[in-house]
Amino acid sequence: MTAPKTIYDKIWDDHVVQTSEDGTCVLYIDRHLVHEVTSPQAFEGLRLAGRKVRAPEKTIAVPDHNVPTTLDRANAATMTEDSRIQVEALDKNARDFGVNYYPVSDVRQGIVHIVGPEQGWTLPGMTVVCGDSHTATHGAFGALAHGIGTSEVEHVLATQTLIQKKSKNMKVEITGSLRPGVTAKDITLSVIGATGTAGGNGHVIEYCGQAIRELSMEGRMTVCNMAIEGGARAGLIAPDEKTFAYVMGRPHAPKGAKWEAALAYWKTLFTDEGAHFDKVVTLRGEDIAPVVTWGTSPEDVLPITGVVPSPEDFTGGKVEAVQRSLDYMGLTPGQKLTDIKIDTVFIGSCTNGRIEDLRAAAAVLKGKKIKDGMRAMVVPGSGLVRAQAEEEGLAQIFIDAGLEWRLAGCSMCLAMNPDQLSPGERCAATSNRNFEGRQGRGGRTHLLSPAMAAAAALTGHLTDIRDMM
Amino acid sequence: MDKFTTLTGVAAPMPLVNIDTDMIIPKQFLKTIARTGLGKNLFDEMRYDQNGNEIKDFVLNQPAYRHAEILVAGDNFGCGSSREHAPWALLDFGVRCVISTSFADIFYNNCFKNGILPITLPKQAVDALMDDARKGANARITVDLEAQTVTSSDGHAYSFEVDAFKKHCLLNGLDDIGLTLEKAKDIDTYESKMATLHPWI
Ligand code: SF4
Repeated sequence: MTAPKTIYDKIWDDHVVQTSEDGTCVLYIDRHLVHEVTSPQAFEGLRLAGRKVRAPEKTIAVPDHNVPTTLDRANAATMTEDSRIQVEALDKNARDFGVNYYPVSDVRQGIVHIVGPEQGWTLPGMTVVCGDSHTATHGAFGALAHGIGTSEVEHVLATQTLIQKKSKNMKVEITGSLRPGVTAKDITLSVIGATGTAGGNGHVIEYCGQAIRELSMEGRMTVCNMAIEGGARAGLIAPDEKTFAYVMGRPHAPKGAKWEAALAYWKTLFTDEGAHFDKVVTLRGEDIAPVVTWGTSPEDVLPITGVVPSPEDFTGGKVEAVQRSLDYMGLTPGQKLTDIKIDTVFIGSCTNGRIEDLRAAAAVLKGKKIKDGMRAMVVPGSGLVRAQAEEEGLAQIFIDAGLEWRLAGCSMCLAMNPDQLSPGERCAATSNRNFEGRQGRGGRTHLLSPAMAAAAALTGHLTDIRDMM
Repeated sequence: MDKFTTLTGVAAPMPLVNIDTDMIIPKQFLKTIARTGLGKNLFDEMRYDQNGNEIKDFVLNQPAYRHAEILVAGDNFGCGSSREHAPWALLDFGVRCVISTSFADIFYNNCFKNGILPITLPKQAVDALMDDARKGANARITVDLEAQTVTSSDGHAYSFEVDAFKKHCLLNGLDDIGLTLEKAKDIDTYESKMATLHPWI
């Protein structure tokens, strides 16, 4: 009998092409997603060396980071010169090397981590990589998915493999059920709050437990998306009936006999009884509250009922970091989180730009108006999410409430396009990073769930969604 | 890629924890399609004020550290995005080695692809080297990759661990795409095996 394996062990073993004496492996990559920011130098490297893309049919490219999300984006003048050059470089590279491509003009265009699952490129048991740290999102399907740097992008393009050493196994279990008003975003932020941003370093996390099983596929993607914020190489969730139902019928999902064969394999993707985990973290679903971040690291997270902490509450290098955070964020220790005034609300990103997220926000905003003077925008994760939201009437709810209804892209998640905060401007954001300057130089970011972001848009300050239910 | 064998140079102290890739190179500089030229924008928002003037207090703006080749940094250096622009910016500035108690995974890997050596040491050693770095331009730290040691200006040597394959590539400046392509047969074999086993991929 073979030793019990985790789901990570199983996927890993199925993708090893060759192992060296020291344990370094050549790992086969099933899907390679590409966007415009981290790929130009990699394609250039191929050209210089006279190399081809080994498996263009397994390579999928889409521009998302730079593209404007305003309705007039077909007009080239909406992009800065350097953004335009980067998007054009991707157009050209996709064409020259013959990879699958969704240009800006295609309704299927969107954030790479939303497009992959939506089009059925991401399937259980696969290895999925992208020159983007939030590739962890695809782990929601029981795939081994992680970000890579540009040199590795070039390596995958040329060889369809990566040189890797295996990470350790970490289990994050969320027992029981979530309370009303608590979402996948609150789970993933609470886990980072508990482990710290380095807590997962060197590990691949398997999220499990009843509260995870009870999440939709959208919610599971939100959870896995932020595995990287906890330092993990990847995060994944064993596939189940919900996964199979989500995948079935998608354009690039297998059909007929291939579907049956795939399904039989996918059902073997679970962690065996007694498999070894190097690290285990358990949270009770009932204990998780709606949370927000107060600082400039995703680990700076507290229940919305809390108060801004003081540097003295911390030890070591974190004391200086907290002081710096509070100065940057313009906050005072002891201040109630619900007293923090908000200027801008951003709903979108690969963390929370899917249809379920828009439904959650619309449910809070329906028939109401956002606070006077508030700037608020909803940026759907893909053109297809946008179309569905229009069909379901969500778009009209946003527009009636006074929010801007945008086209798909990364937008204010990292502010490489024109959507940026000004210095001191304070934003409630459904994205995943609250780093200094992330949403624009001097901009202040509070991370939270879509429902909490919608609530803040109505009241003008951070708000406990449970008070509105 | 340039080889990395030994290095003796000025080390800049950056005790802040969780220095993320957005701090190392803010996103407005990611719009380049080249790998070079990012050094002037390394740590841009910590280094320059709104008007583009240097902020005097920032360590790399101080005369002693303007040519630092080593950083001694707080825990979890390089967390955040996968942007290889972070090591490109460090390299373009002239930094060839970063020492910390821990690094974010992707950043750590990216360093090796660019001839930068990230060194993980226990807290005590990093604290001691941080103190050494604070002494300024006269305190030169020596890094020897072959011997796997870091030696402070007062001659105290610390051993560090490094993956054997990564060390080999760095010592010899090897391009690992070339190495992997030598295994093309193995990749062919794997692909044909999986075409039968997992035909849906
Ligand atoms: S939405 Fe934000 S986090 Fe996601 S891929 Fe785009 S920039 Fe990165």
